[in-house]
Amino acid sequence: MFIKNGYLDIDELGERMPSEERFERGPVAILECIQQIPCNPCQDACSRGAILPFQSINDTPTIDMDKCNGCGNCISACPGLAIFVVWKNYNLESSLIKLPLELLPFPEEGDSVELMNRKGEKVGIGKVIKIQKTKQNPKSRVIWVEVPKKLAMEVRHISRSNNHDK
Amino acid sequence: MRIDCDVLIIGGGPAGLCAARSLLGTGLNVLILERDPFLGGQLLKQTHMFFGSKEQYAGTRGFEIGQILTREVQASPNVTVMLETVASGYYPEENFILALEKEKKLYQIYFKKVIVATGASEKSLLFEGNDLPGIYGAGAVQTLMNMYGVMPGQDIIMIGSGNIGLIVSYQLLQAGVKVKAILEAAPTVGGYFVHAAKVRRMGIPIFTQTTVKRALGQNALEAVEIVNLDSKWQYVAGTERKWSCDTLCLAVGLSPMSELLWQFQCEMRYVSELGGYVAKRNAIMQTTHPDVYIAGDVSGVEEASSAMLEGTIAGFAAAKALHKMLDSVDQVIQNSQKFLDEMHRGPIGEKIRNGLAKVEVDVCL
Repeated sequence: MFIKNGYLDIDELGERMPSEERFERGPVAILECIQQIPCNPCQDACSRGAILPFQSINDTPTIDMDKCNGCGNCISACPGLAIFVVWKNYNLESSLIKLPLELLPFPEEGDSVELMNRKGEKVGIGKVIKIQKTKQNPKSRVIWVEVPKKLAMEVRHISRSNNHDK
Repeated sequence: MRIDCDVLIIGGGPAGLCAARSLLGTGLNVLILERDPFLGGQLLKQTHMFFGSKEQYAGTRGFEIGQILTREVQASPNVTVMLETVASGYYPEENFILALEKEKKLYQIYFKKVIVATGASEKSLLFEGNDLPGIYGAGAVQTLMNMYGVMPGQDIIMIGSGNIGLIVSYQLLQAGVKVKAILEAAPTVGGYFVHAAKVRRMGIPIFTQTTVKRALGQNALEAVEIVNLDSKWQYVAGTERKWSCDTLCLAVGLSPMSELLWQFQCEMRYVSELGGYVAKRNAIMQTTHPDVYIAGDVSGVEEASSAMLEGTIAGFAAAKALHKMLDSVDQVIQNSQKFLDEMHRGPIGEKIRNGLAKVEVDVCL
């Protein structure tokens, strides 16, 4: 249970979990925001209108996965750092994950990084494909990281060195 | 020395600044007293992006909100700011606030309306050795780290998984400090799930139903003895274990700094959901003393978005009471009240709603 452990189990994602068919069609945002809290900036973040307007500020966000193209603009708009983009079939062996990072020093494109799951366990090694700086949130970065396909719904953080993430 | 003002605002944090902002352009003579050498209050320590709605600057980092509000208020000719100035007492016979500036100069401050926005102070925890150097409140850790660039320690254990405990743990990790664990006495994480998820995926464990029993060390903290708690919050015998650390950070809640409100003889009530003694108030943040308004944590411990809304309401209400306001004032007040109600509506707001039900009154004016 997320409220006891501080991380969610994959089945707690419920409708926020894309179908295999949706994964086939390319990158998609996963909103790992499953607790009702008074927060709504994501509803204005998507230029395609894929994040539906809130009825109340305490709503959890709802995404229209047919409208979402996985651009990742919403990632840096989320104060909770709870939005990730997963491109499951990035190539034959790998998936691509876009995740928010607020830790210095940022990795560089091409770096090998340790991959962490929601519990902070190191589950593999991945490669940084791109470092994205956004106007919305210039102090942090959206990191594009290539991961083994079986880890697409596991990896949610990367570790550049042992300095931070012990 | 004597100073006269129309509206006195005590505290230059998010609530006080928003109150002042409501009074811009009214022609009223506004004075802000701030204990610190700068305006902004707790906002200045907040390096994370704020939650809430864009009207309360969601998505902007806390210290930047502090800068925005400070600039707005300082640019106004009708607002005077006295920094490093403590409002140390209210003298009812003559109806003035005694203020001490830079520990040197005393002022008698006369006012027509006062908005008390003094904030809250951190609670502590009772355990053996809790006076050892190396044991901090979370606010002190944030002040050292985020305002003065001083690392409070190398190897930290955090007590409390409310939003402050979670956020400060995250900020410590960002600063390169090792956070060993977060301990939580309750059976579940206290703060927002998303804050917990951020520190968990960085490998920081959260132990629920666990607390500190003793702090150990010769001249400074060297280790803590931690212990499991049962469902009645009692120590579970035999579960004690010793963990080394050089810093213990206590994030165990806040209580309103309501001393001045007692001196104003506002009707007070102890409300645990709001952190301690708070003044009864009506919907426009006016207490049972007709000239005294409250806003921010002193009116019930919450977070900065609520403080900003309450400050806004209190400022407009004071202006209205002094007949210096646009016709639309009621509308503006209602809008902020609506925002505040909306924020409190969800499950997270339940505790606050219960607390507010005990202090909200219809009286006053």
